[in-house]
Amino acid sequence: MKIKEKTSKVVAKMVVAIIIAIYVLFPFFLVVVNCCKTTDDITANPIGFNGVSFSNFIQNLTDVINNTHFQFWPAFFTSVVVTVLSLVLLALFGAMAAWVICRNKTKWSAVIYFTFIASMIIPFQVVMLPLISSFKDVGNFIGIPMIQSIPGLVFAYLGFGGAMTVFILNGFIKGIPMELEEAASIDGCSPEQTFFIVIFPLLKPVITTITILNGMWIWNDYLLPSILLQQNGPVKTLPVAVQAFVGSYVKQWNLILGAAFLAIIPILILFFFAQKQIMDGMIEGAVKG
Amino acid sequence: MGEFSAKRKIFSFGTMIIGIALMVAGLFMAITLTDFLGIRGELIIAGCILFFVGLYFFPTLKHHRGIINFMFLFPLLFAFVVTVIFPLFIGIGYSFTDWDGITVNKGVGFGNYQRMFGEAQFMWSVLITFLFVIINIILVNLVAFLLALLCTSKLKGLGFFRAAYFVPNLIGGIVLGYIWQFIFSKVITEILNSQASMLVETKTAFIGIVMVYVWQYAGYIMLIYITGLNTVPGDIIEASSIDGANALQTLFKIKIPMIAPTITICTFLTLTSAFKQFDVNLSLTNGTGSVTFMGKYLSKGTSMLAHNIYETAFVNNEYAYGEAKAVFFFIVLAIVSIIQVRVSNKREVEL
Repeated sequence: MKIKEKTSKVVAKMVVAIIIAIYVLFPFFLVVVNCCKTTDDITANPIGFNGVSFSNFIQNLTDVINNTHFQFWPAFFTSVVVTVLSLVLLALFGAMAAWVICRNKTKWSAVIYFTFIASMIIPFQVVMLPLISSFKDVGNFIGIPMIQSIPGLVFAYLGFGGAMTVFILNGFIKGIPMELEEAASIDGCSPEQTFFIVIFPLLKPVITTITILNGMWIWNDYLLPSILLQQNGPVKTLPVAVQAFVGSYVKQWNLILGAAFLAIIPILILFFFAQKQIMDGMIEGAVKG
Repeated sequence: MGEFSAKRKIFSFGTMIIGIALMVAGLFMAITLTDFLGIRGELIIAGCILFFVGLYFFPTLKHHRGIINFMFLFPLLFAFVVTVIFPLFIGIGYSFTDWDGITVNKGVGFGNYQRMFGEAQFMWSVLITFLFVIINIILVNLVAFLLALLCTSKLKGLGFFRAAYFVPNLIGGIVLGYIWQFIFSKVITEILNSQASMLVETKTAFIGIVMVYVWQYAGYIMLIYITGLNTVPGDIIEASSIDGANALQTLFKIKIPMIAPTITICTFLTLTSAFKQFDVNLSLTNGTGSVTFMGKYLSKGTSMLAHNIYETAFVNNEYAYGEAKAVFFFIVLAIVSIIQVRVSNKREVEL
């Protein structure tokens, strides 16, 4: 009797779980299905499989990729370059800064650490307007463009991602025993050798965490790149390109959904392979932040 | 300093001096606008790097650690000061002027701040933002908690369900907004056989934004609740079931009290994230929706705070006014964060 009750309960739970999963994933299904239709078929029946064909799918995607407003490949490579450069620099400079802050028990390092922590509550909206004007001024002053340029954007991500990166790294470095560094120093390591040879390799798990957190944020970020690169600038990241593309078109849903498909597929592939790391990283960031 | 060779001293001082010279030359060209070959920026950067190289080889043992500390801190701190701290202070300064994005003509005192509390559109934005935040704190946490309970029970394919519920969180708000715009204006109208999309009417469009937000965010909050629920020791739950507690009693008397810190974290995460909501707002409705408020007709009925600041600055080109609104936004967030720190500290003491 009891076993029967349990199985019926499990079946009920399973059904609920499946229904929710269908609801959650349904929008993605709609994107894929409607990518394989012509505009007329989408208008006629947006849900069913009528009019679905692989040639439509190829046609829609090539239309989107070749579209002059979207420029998928340049946008994709800009996104990749900006994300990878920002992540590498944030991991390296963040670890260096966090190590110094953590291992120096002086007033200065305490002040810097506190400033980093306090800055995490600053919303982007407060700094975005002066940021554009000062980036413009600095660019004119030194003759290297800071707006509508990739280096300027990476520099901004370094500044905005710095606080959380240092915060999470600092918590980890605190747990590394001081004796390790003392031993290295007795063996004749200079401080920079101690950091790069002894400490940095130990940071691998926490660097994975910050790379996932920062990576998710930078890859999907819209407001910062849209302001620094501008809607009609020469370089665009993927979210900016999607916005520019959709904004410039009367609702041609087959193309819009094609663009959406291209924008979400890289990250879904990444998630498929690094599911556990991504979910663990997101949890850790939330619990610590 | 005796242990350092003369060569090293010459190299160190030499590179530092050349570095400083290059920086001075670059700055001189920038200030006097006599740009030779257009390389003033490159000169400054090269000079800076040379200076650091020289500094690294500076012949000292006593201060070497200090030099390394400075060099390690410098890159991140420099970027941080230039992009966050400096704009924050000049931004606050600009909010008291008539800044138009390029020049400042005169100070206006608290004029911008007084103006925004009399502007119907802005007050409406504040109102619906608070409404949005409150609704989402309740809905997201409730949905996420129920999902977490489902995903911590004995079920086949748990890994798949967890991942599936989390997937919407991977995708940026802009793209999500357009996908849902399609669903609201094409698919749901098809299912309900109605003509108008629910995004046209202000009230239903607001519900639409809430729906998308919960759909996107609940999976993420669920993960945190799962972590919390997994920390509840199994033997305590076992003991309660031996004592005759049913599932509901176990839930309310044991699980929920034990994950109170997780609930605090999730509440504040939802609060700040919902408060800053911008991307979905922009791509789903772009703020449109008509409403009458404070005796005025407004055309941007679904424009929330972040979106309102964006429109003020970039659509209406009122930079100083937009900045003042942003400072208000900042103050509200700061108050929330201080309360959060207080609450979590109190909890920790109690435990």
